[in-house]
Amino acid sequence: MKQPRHVIEPGDLTVQEMEELFTLQERIEGEPNYLRTACEGKILATLFFEPSTRTRLSFEAAMLRLGGSCLGFAEPGSSSVAKGESLADTVRTVACYADLIVMRNPKEGAAKLASQYADIPVINAGDGGHHHPTQTLTDLATIRRLRGTLSGLTVGFCGDLKFGRTVHSLAQGLARYPGNRMVFVSPPELRIPEYIVQDILVPQGIEYRETDKLEKVMGDLDVLYMTRVQKERFFNEEDYIRLKDSYILDQNKMTLGKKDLIVLHPLPRVNEIAMEVDADPRAVYFKQARYGMFVRMALIAQLLGVR
Amino acid sequence: MLNIAKIKNGIVIDHIKAEQGIRIFNWLGLGKVPYTVAFVVNASSQRMGKKDIIKIDNVISIDFAVLGLIDPNITVNIIENERITEKISLKLPERVENVLICRNPRCVTSTEKYAPHIFHLVDRERGVYRCEYCDERRSAEDFR
Repeated sequence: MKQPRHVIEPGDLTVQEMEELFTLQERIEGEPNYLRTACEGKILATLFFEPSTRTRLSFEAAMLRLGGSCLGFAEPGSSSVAKGESLADTVRTVACYADLIVMRNPKEGAAKLASQYADIPVINAGDGGHHHPTQTLTDLATIRRLRGTLSGLTVGFCGDLKFGRTVHSLAQGLARYPGNRMVFVSPPELRIPEYIVQDILVPQGIEYRETDKLEKVMGDLDVLYMTRVQKERFFNEEDYIRLKDSYILDQNKMTLGKKDLIVLHPLPRVNEIAMEVDADPRAVYFKQARYGMFVRMALIAQLLGVR
Repeated sequence: MLNIAKIKNGIVIDHIKAEQGIRIFNWLGLGKVPYTVAFVVNASSQRMGKKDIIKIDNVISIDFAVLGLIDPNITVNIIENERITEKISLKLPERVENVLICRNPRCVTSTEKYAPHIFHLVDRERGVYRCEYCDERRSAEDFR
């Protein structure tokens, strides 16, 4: 039996495969009727063992726009998991009903384990703080679509760089393209982990710098990737209150940015980007959510072999 | 000098780091076997200063991957009719299953108990392994 293709972590896709997805994503966006019925008769199962709004809806919208159907659960309480069923059994059962599984689970490595029991493709939609490959695809697709390239860019990451898995994955993703420079803007408590620096940036000769002042580097950036500073990460509330305001992106800071800067955010945002910035054409985070749906359409079509 | 009789058909586990021999002896359950086993501690060695040696006068099956994890500098001699017929140099195994245990409480193996604990070697020099599921790093030293 042919082994199904799974997407568990960003590295599961080669650069060439990602480029094919981005090309397909742009075609889908440009030709609304292209692949409109490609997944007719196919079923996507969304197994969400922890709540998520946008990722689940984005996948379901993607499948519906390809003419397919969706089933699944949005919290474990409404599945057999509440009765103590193993992940392996849940996945094997669902694989009898569906053609593709999209899964989010709070445990790290859950999607990998699930893929070892599934004879249909499994897409990881987040396994704890570990991987979220379709968010990385979304981020890369947005940069490529709006900057025309994924190479030779100066990309700033701002906020919680220590715990933000989207930051780690995007840094790894960008490191696979030549000539990118990275600027990490964070309080000392939330600096980019050493393993990203030592395992990825240094061996590949990626130029990078770290700072705690966004204003200092704003004018150098082609892309600014904002993330939320999460209150629960701090032991001391005073530190949180002191630090969170340093990283509110407002129109004053935007005036320091280049004319062709783009600002991304994986969403949801809380207060790290002032709403006044939304009207700035350089704020592209809602476009990013839209491109996320298109790139998921491309991924589903590729994995099901229906294009 | 201590003399130990030659074994006829069996295995000699040599160049064990001094004081590590007891772990291997126990791991192989050699304290309860019906055949002859010689366990030598602190034998003098030109290369190592002191070493432990285990001689087993029986043909038994050993998981060399686990043995390599305990001590990659070990050599294993296979003896047939009192002659060494094969010398096996151990090294850190590329992959181990249910030998190193993932201690990350966020790892899926902490709740899905049937899931095997699989680790892959990522740094041979430092003996660093990575959990197949959560990427948590563990050192071969953790097993020793």
